[in-house]
Amino acid sequence: MDPEAAKLMGKLIGAGIACIGMGGAGVGVGVIFGNYLSGALRNPAAAASQFTNLIFGFAVTEALGIFSLVVALLLLFAV
Amino acid sequence: MKTTDEGIDVASSNPIEPIHQFKIAEYFSLGTFGGDGTPGSGIHIAFTNSALFMALTVGVIGLFLIMSTSARAIIPGRTQLLSEMLYEFIHSMVRTNAGYEAIKFFPLVFSLFMFILVANLFGMFPYFFTVTSHLIVTAAMALIVFFTVLIYGFMHNGVKFLKLFVPSGIPWPVLIIVVPIEVISFLSRPLSHSLRLFGNILAGHIVLKVFGGMVVALLGAGLWGIVAILPFGMAVALTGLEFLVAALQAFVFAVLTCVYLHDAIHPGH
Repeated sequence: MDPEAAKLMGKLIGAGIACIGMGGAGVGVGVIFGNYLSGALRNPAAAASQFTNLIFGFAVTEALGIFSLVVALLLLFAV
Repeated sequence: MKTTDEGIDVASSNPIEPIHQFKIAEYFSLGTFGGDGTPGSGIHIAFTNSALFMALTVGVIGLFLIMSTSARAIIPGRTQLLSEMLYEFIHSMVRTNAGYEAIKFFPLVFSLFMFILVANLFGMFPYFFTVTSHLIVTAAMALIVFFTVLIYGFMHNGVKFLKLFVPSGIPWPVLIIVVPIEVISFLSRPLSHSLRLFGNILAGHIVLKVFGGMVVALLGAGLWGIVAILPFGMAVALTGLEFLVAALQAFVFAVLTCVYLHDAIHPGH
């Protein structure tokens, strides 16, 4: 196989594999919003005060998914 | 189209490529300073579409805030109400998340929030450049926050700022593991802070253009072009989602700035 083609193939496969990491972030964000919702339905009075914490947890979790997106983009355009 | 230099020719492998929207176009240049003439060396100073939209963003924010509050009516009009709501929103955010002592950083948080919000919303216009979809812009803002926290933390607390890395109430053998983790987590803050905004906006805009490209590709397929209604509906729905993301990411950036400022003022856990 032509080394350039092999390099391209490796890049594309690697970028695809890197995107699997986003699944983990998806599970994490789902857990955060699901637990917030179940907590909010049990105690609606406390729900509004925890909205900032919800968004904070969501942002921190989502960042990990963004990291895998960045790895995929780096493989495609920078490596 | 400059994507060929590293092997992957996105433009030829995909006729409607979604990366083109992030291309920096140079309007006029002040020349290159220093360097030895090879591409990439020296400091190239130019007015680009990114700079134009940053200037436009700041101009629109400034004009809106000045015009809406210059009348200062007791019974506020619509624009005055909007700017007062934005002001009060960020003010209460700083108070609750960073503490009342951090209120001196309110101008910083308000500027960051307004800049990101308006830049993100500008990006939703077709053919407009999205400033926050470039890592250098978000990294600059995240580094401003990082160094503000670092410098103010040491100025305000002195050496006690290092207590940030030593959680209280933990036996010392565990600290051997916890302290390096805390240091790494502190140092990776500007990375995650900038990548979050950049990644969200970049990914959102790529997805929008991918669905837009699907519509165009399907419309060229003769009778099967009727199927193009599906990705078109998806693109419309995602545009709505992107407006949510635009506001949410500005909010998230401001909240995280407040949380980091809280650490600078109260380093003990």
